[in-house]
This record gives sequence, C-alpha cells and structure tokens, in this order.
Amino acid sequence: MCAFVFWEGGYQVRELENDPNFNAGRGSVLTSQGTVEMEACIMDGTTMKCGAVSGLSTVVNAISLARLVMEKTPHIYLAFDGAEAFAREQGVETVDPNHFVTPENIERLEQAKEANRVQIDFTQPAKGDIRKENAEANGGDSQIGTVGCVALDSHGNLASATSTGGLVNKMVGRIGDTPVIGAGTYANSYCAVSATGKGEAIIKATVAREVAALMEYKGLSLKEAAAYVIEEKVAKGNAGLVAVSANGEVTMPFNTTGMFRACATEDGHSEISIWN
Amino acid sequence: MGGWAIAVHGGAGIDPSLPLQRQEEACQALLSALHLGISALRSASSAVDVVELVVLESSKGRQKRSSGYWPCNCFRPNCCPCGSNSLDPCLWILWIRFGSVRELELNPLFNSGCGSALTAQGTVEMDASIMDGSTRKCGAVSGLSTVKNPISLARLVMDKSPHAYLAFDGAEAFARQHGAEIVDTSFFIIEENVIRLKQAKEAKSIQFDYRLPSKGWDTCASEAEQMVQMNGVPISLYSPETVGCVVVDALGRCAAATSTGGLINKMCGRIGDSPLIGAGTYACNICAVSATGEGEAIIRATLARDVAALMEFKGISLKEAVDCAIHERLEDGKGGLIAVSNDGHVICGFNTTGMFRALATEDGHMEVGLWD
Repeated sequence: MCAFVFWEGGYQVRELENDPNFNAGRGSVLTSQGTVEMEACIMDGTTMKCGAVSGLSTVVNAISLARLVMEKTPHIYLAFDGAEAFAREQGVETVDPNHFVTPENIERLEQAKEANRVQIDFTQPAKGDIRKENAEANGGDSQIGTVGCVALDSHGNLASATSTGGLVNKMVGRIGDTPVIGAGTYANSYCAVSATGKGEAIIKATVAREVAALMEYKGLSLKEAAAYVIEEKVAKGNAGLVAVSANGEVTMPFNTTGMFRACATEDGHSEISIWN
Repeated sequence: MGGWAIAVHGGAGIDPSLPLQRQEEACQALLSALHLGISALRSASSAVDVVELVVLESSKGRQKRSSGYWPCNCFRPNCCPCGSNSLDPCLWILWIRFGSVRELELNPLFNSGCGSALTAQGTVEMDASIMDGSTRKCGAVSGLSTVKNPISLARLVMDKSPHAYLAFDGAEAFARQHGAEIVDTSFFIIEENVIRLKQAKEAKSIQFDYRLPSKGWDTCASEAEQMVQMNGVPISLYSPETVGCVVVDALGRCAAATSTGGLINKMCGRIGDSPLIGAGTYACNICAVSATGEGEAIIRATLARDVAALMEFKGISLKEAVDCAIHERLEDGKGGLIAVSNDGHVICGFNTTGMFRALATEDGHMEVGLWD
C-alpha cells in the first residue's frame, strides 16, 4: 500500500497514477480476466462535494475524471460504461487499455491464480526482484499500492483523494473501498482521510468516516481517532490510512507490515518511510 | 424494551396532492410487506433473512395478488379507511381488503425491480445492498439490468464471493454463475416510467421519489412552481422508488437492506446511495438503518453510518441519533430513513414532505404512514 500526504494536494495523485510503480493508473493490478478496472475518488471537506469513478479501463487519470464528476455533473459517482462515456464527452485523455498493463502485474496475476487467491496489491514481489528475499522474510509485504493524498491548504480547506487498480485477481466488476465515500475516502471540516488496504474490510468498517466521526462525536484528536480505527476496527493486516486535521495534525497509522508514506507540513517538518 | 422490531419504507418525498386512493394503496402495500416480515420474525428467522425477504417481495412487480385480508391495529386513522377521526390509538382490528387484481408497478412500494426508474438512455440500472449487523458482513450490487432480484444478488455477493460489491457486467456474470433468476431487461420497463422519463427530459430535470402518476400530472400543475432542488436542478414531485427494510430479531441481531432503480433520467453509470455501505444502508451490533431520498445528499452525509456513530460515540438513543442525523446532518428536503436498535426500538425520520413507511414491534405496536 502506498499513500502520500502533501501540503499542496491537488495534482499529486495524478503524478502517482502516471507512475507504473504504483497500483493506480498505469501499473494498476489486473482483474481475474487480465483486464484493468480503475477507480478513484475525491472529496472537498469544505463544501462536502465529492466525485467518484469505478470500472475505468481507458482513462489515463481516473482522479481527474472523479473531479469532473464532482464539478460537472449533478451526481457523485459514475461507473463502467457510463463513466467511460462521460470521459469522452469531457474530452479527458483516454488510451488503449493495454497502456495500463505492465509485465510485473501480468506476473502478479499469474502468481495469484496459482495460489488461488485475491491479493491486496500483491503479496509476492515479481520474480527477479532483488528484494524478494526481504519481502518473504517479512511475510509477504505489499510493495506497491493504492495511491492517496490528503491535504490542508493555507485557507484551512481539507481535501482527500484516492486512486487504485484494486486487488490482484479481483472479480471483474468488483468495487473496493476507494470510491465509496466514508470507506476509503472522506473529508469534512474536521479532517481529511484516505485509506488503503483490503477494500472489503475498509468498507464494512467505514474507515475514513469513522476517523472523522470519532473526532466530531467523541472529541478525540486526529491521532487518537486514526489509531483507534486502525487498531480496533479493522482486522490486523488489512488497512492503513493517511489523515490530516484542520489544525494541521498529520497521522499515518497502519496495521499491515508496512505502508509507503510521506508527509510534510508548512513549518518544514517532513518524513518519508515504509516500515514502522 | 427488547423483542423484535421491523420497519419498511417505500421512499421519501411525497406529492402533497397524491390522490387519496393512491395513499390508501400505499398503506396497504406497506402493511403487506410489514406482515411478511412479522410472519418471518415470528418463525424465528434471522434479521438478515427477514430484510432480504421483505425487500425481495417488495421489489417484485407485475404480480397479480388474490384477495386477501390483513388485520391492522392502525394508529394512523388518516391513512386507513376505518372511518375513525379520533387521534387516540385505534383499538379495533381493522380488516383491509387487499385488491384482487393489482399490478404492483402502480403500487409505490413495489417500484424497485419491475418499475425501476429509467436512465437518460431509457435503460434500467438497479442497485441494492444488504448488511448483517452481527458480523458487519455486507453485499452490494450496482448497474443490474437483467437480474430479477437485485437484493438476493447482493446477498450472494456477501455470502458467496470474496468481495463486498460487484457492479455492471461483472455483477451480471456473477448472477449467471450462481443461477440467479435472469429476465429480459424489458421486464423492468413499464410504460408509466417511459412517460415519466419523457416528462423529466422535457422539464430538463432529474427526478427522485416521484409521487405523481403520469395521468394525474395536471392535478399537480399548481405544485410545479415549488420545485424542490436537487444538485441545483429542479425536480418535480414523484412517486417513490427505493425500497428498504430494517430489522432487529428476537436475538437482538440487526440487519438492513435497500434496493432501488435510482433516479429517473440519471446518467448511465450513475450510482446513488442505496448500494453504498454507510450511506444508504448500514448495520452493526447497535442498530440498522436504511435511507432513501436524493442519493447524492445521503452520500455526503454518510447518513446510515452517522446514525450508528452518534449512538456509539455520543451514547445517545436511537431517536436522538435519528433526529440529529435527519435535521442536522442531511440537507433539508433531501431524504429520510428507517432504523431499529438492538433493544427493540424502531423509528422513522425524514425531512421531506412525507415518507412511505410502516413499523411494527413484538409487543403489538404497528403503524403505517405517509405524512408527519
């Protein structure tokens, strides 16, 4: 899994979608049929407006389409053929579906089929990866992941954005937590949250909304709320999140072996890490 | 309190000029669905089985029912032809004649499934979700066009797949793999909705919870000026669409289910709140909630989850949580919900003009209503 917190927000998720090392946009993991079905979501914590898309196979930047749904339609969530049609109406960049498929992900799908499982991103590195031994020693770490970003701007506005290819070997048509407002993505006046991990677990725990609700209804701090959700509400090995609060607090808890993450704040603090 | 409790809804937002006969029909349909659930609860069915059954039956259309009589302890004399004008609870067993031949697509409560709203392209895309509060397992489906019983497919996703949510072609393929009943998509398309779609396009609006039969359009002309806004687009007042059920069973287990055709004239591929866990449907060990109304507003408010979160994190009662969610979290005029708690309480709340609903508890209380 992978997530970033930036002080700027906005275009960061697009950058990561274009990077084949992450499970979003190009580099998305494959369905059981070897196809790509991408989903993304964006939420503005000030207006509570949101946009989400699922089942994309030709749109280069799913997060930008999600933003267009938010800004240019009376709806919040468009999926599959309807979302693709909307993309063409809006003139967003579309390419052949093969653009998104990488050799590493073809291999990951084969591994998953051999093991007969559905994987969070993947649990084994591609063959030939020099970090293979380390990964196995760590119990099969994820090495790429869903991309997410939460941000607090200089006007005090909070926003959250998440983008993913989903789970390796997922059933065609499977939707995960990323585009479900309140599960993988949420923002309001208290905080912005982007979660990642096993979508089904994040959906039933309404992870992103839970963090905000604990702050709002129970008066917990961002760190306390996020830690509680990750430790108590989601089974171990299933989730991580990044979150930022209205007063600039940042937290990045996870109950998996590791999570790619980075954050920075205006006062100059920054960090980038993978493990605990 | 304790004991089982059940509530069923048929949509929020009712045209104040809805003809009385349609109001009565709505009451009868709601009671029918309610009694189905009550029978199942009395047979010790589990909460999740009951919600699926009630929503399933409520979604079937084009069915002819034979004459039947249902007992009703009616606490809402205005909605039943019992003739009582008293505000005191009606203590009389009232037998309601359930019409001998009734096409359920005209019945507001039965308009998910057959009678589903049409997309801008004149197609049908149905959504449903179900959640079992005792395990928090859930199943959801979207974009169905040939599956006869969307709620049962949602249950299959929950029980028989490694996932929680399947949509469009993938969901249709899953349905066929598991032998779900498949029909031609034309089964779900009724003439009344073809007419409504045309009206919606002419009014350039997206309609939710329509109340108005296509023939009676002119009787509501006077209401046309007071258009309710949705997503900045004027909407007319319509007949309900979404069907939902919440149950707490005799063992205190809660479950919720919701099923819909969505909004008339919606964009193809548009998903609303009904299949989104935490928005239109939610259940945990404390309560179960099913919401209805303008999907986008319900999603922004994460309405169903918020009721539970308010109870869990603020320690308030079901009633207080529902009041807060409806009046402080949800944009005005945009929806309603039904909810049960694990100690046998059941409630309905809405900020629209009316909501089709019926409630019952094990101690014999029963009510059916449309208005405040």
